[in-house]
Amino acid sequence: MVAELFADLGVARDDFTLDFELQIGAGEVVALLGPNGAGKSTALRALAGLLRLTSGQISIAGRVVADPTSGVHLAPYERSIGVVFQDYLLFPHLTVLDNVAFGPLAQGCERSEARRRAAVWLARVGITDLANAKPRSVSGGQAQRVALARALATDPRVLLLDEPLAALDAKTHLLVRAELRRHLGDFPGATLLVTHDPIDATVLADRLVVIEQGRAVQQGLPHEVARRPRTDYVARLVGLNLLAGRGQGHRVLLPTGGSVELAESAFGDLYVAFRPAAVSIFVHRPDGSPRNLWSGRIATIEPHGEGVRVEIAGAPDRRSSVLAEITPAAVAELELVPGSEVWAAVKASDIEVYSGD
Amino acid sequence: MQRAAGRRGSDRPWQSRIPLLLAAPAALALLFLVLPLVGLVIRAPWSAAGPVLASTSALQALKLSMITATISTIIVVLIGVPLAWVLARPGLRGASLLRALITIPLVLPPVVGGVALFTVLGRSGLLGRPIYQLTGFAFPFTPYAVILAQVFVALPFLVLSVEGALRAADRRYEEAASTLGARPVTVFRRITLPLIGPGIAAGAVLAWARALGEFGATITFAGNFPGTTRTMPLEVYLALETDPGSALLLSVLLLGVSVAVLVLLRDRWVSRW
Repeated sequence: MVAELFADLGVARDDFTLDFELQIGAGEVVALLGPNGAGKSTALRALAGLLRLTSGQISIAGRVVADPTSGVHLAPYERSIGVVFQDYLLFPHLTVLDNVAFGPLAQGCERSEARRRAAVWLARVGITDLANAKPRSVSGGQAQRVALARALATDPRVLLLDEPLAALDAKTHLLVRAELRRHLGDFPGATLLVTHDPIDATVLADRLVVIEQGRAVQQGLPHEVARRPRTDYVARLVGLNLLAGRGQGHRVLLPTGGSVELAESAFGDLYVAFRPAAVSIFVHRPDGSPRNLWSGRIATIEPHGEGVRVEIAGAPDRRSSVLAEITPAAVAELELVPGSEVWAAVKASDIEVYSGD
Repeated sequence: MQRAAGRRGSDRPWQSRIPLLLAAPAALALLFLVLPLVGLVIRAPWSAAGPVLASTSALQALKLSMITATISTIIVVLIGVPLAWVLARPGLRGASLLRALITIPLVLPPVVGGVALFTVLGRSGLLGRPIYQLTGFAFPFTPYAVILAQVFVALPFLVLSVEGALRAADRRYEEAASTLGARPVTVFRRITLPLIGPGIAAGAVLAWARALGEFGATITFAGNFPGTTRTMPLEVYLALETDPGSALLLSVLLLGVSVAVLVLLRDRWVSRW
């Protein structure tokens, strides 16, 4: 299968280099996930043609739209893309209908035909009654729908969404996300969704690509990425403890000096991941035999959902730390405060081990 | 709704309090601007108004002023908006130097501007001589010279006003339009122009007013011929030497017409989304 969107993105600037590959098939939704400054927006702007590649290549539906080695750089209006910008950028001087009709009109449709198409899209996203409103008078959720309709009204081959839900309040966020999921499901082209929210990415995308400092550090199906993170950033996103080390049978040696006991044997470069809720905390050394028992000192105690997140510094070794999740009642019972000396225990069977290759 | 109303209500008393330290100089400034106009209206010999205002020379001058100022403004908009656009482009080399060049006519005494125009477009000027030798046409002492003089002094007002509007406008709208398939010319026409419309209107009004009042460059470069180059300001100046009363009346006439035009344009043009 030829990918609808193929991109080998190379953008070199003074203090930043973007360099990773991306392939998205027709009908596929890929989420580009990464911390602030990872290069997500730069990648989106390069794909849209708003920024020149310094190396690599981009092709859309088999047509090369950017290739600096042969001097190809098609302008955004020649690329067959649709973009939903972070703050939507609805044209303030045009009505909602004319915002959506702008694309078809720019592509050469008659005014009446462009308006008719725009009306169809407004109906599809459920805001027909706003047709004659000016953008300043519509709500955030409505503006998002207008922006989506406007981007799709040109029948693009590739849809690019830049943090499409970031500007919405929590309640609207859920509602609009569910709708967006439905519309992305109907869209026949390739979709790239830029986001820093792992839940949005998981709900909306078929596949995740995580970038950090301009490079792809992990990609795969959302549940794979969530279960087996490969960087601290991803581990924190999905809420797991992550350690990297070398397997020597039933034990993984960490480069920082500590070790983790496993239920099964494993060899080579490995990742070790476990849920904070799998970590038990004791004030006195417990008698039982959890395979992993580390002593440490409590660094931070923070509420997290219904429970409490406790960061234990000094476990498994002096230069590491692990997160534990316990109940508020346990915090009170054990009289835990930052600085408390504690024991952290993790059953070997609660530990996920996977290759680092 | 109630909360919004309440908030607005509580804002008002705070906003209405103007400290004396600002109120006094503000009132002084206002008086300084308005009093001369009041003086003009009070001291004008209204009994002689009929014959003076209906005189051929006054009407001729008024007509010439209106026509030339309007044509100048159109030219200023047509060439000034693109110049402002180029000037406002991010990353333009030598932008500050260009901007300094553009502001020169603002600080130059208009008479000097007229002399400068003469050196270029006079019958023996840098460009004027070849034009005269080829076509037998020379700008000085024609209505075209009036228009050139007005464009020269009025252009900076429009360029600076439009450039300011372009800088204040969010250029990402242009990017959004481009991703929707619009070519640069379409983006400029359908997105950029409407976004900076109020800035263009304000700049055009300033340019028109400046062109209407132009005196120094006109009298130097275009001369002072009734019917062809004698605009209202020249007419007023001439009248002042022979008949101060009619100079006052002509001034009031010019004042009235320009205020009327500005008020009409303001209602029609300055509508916001």
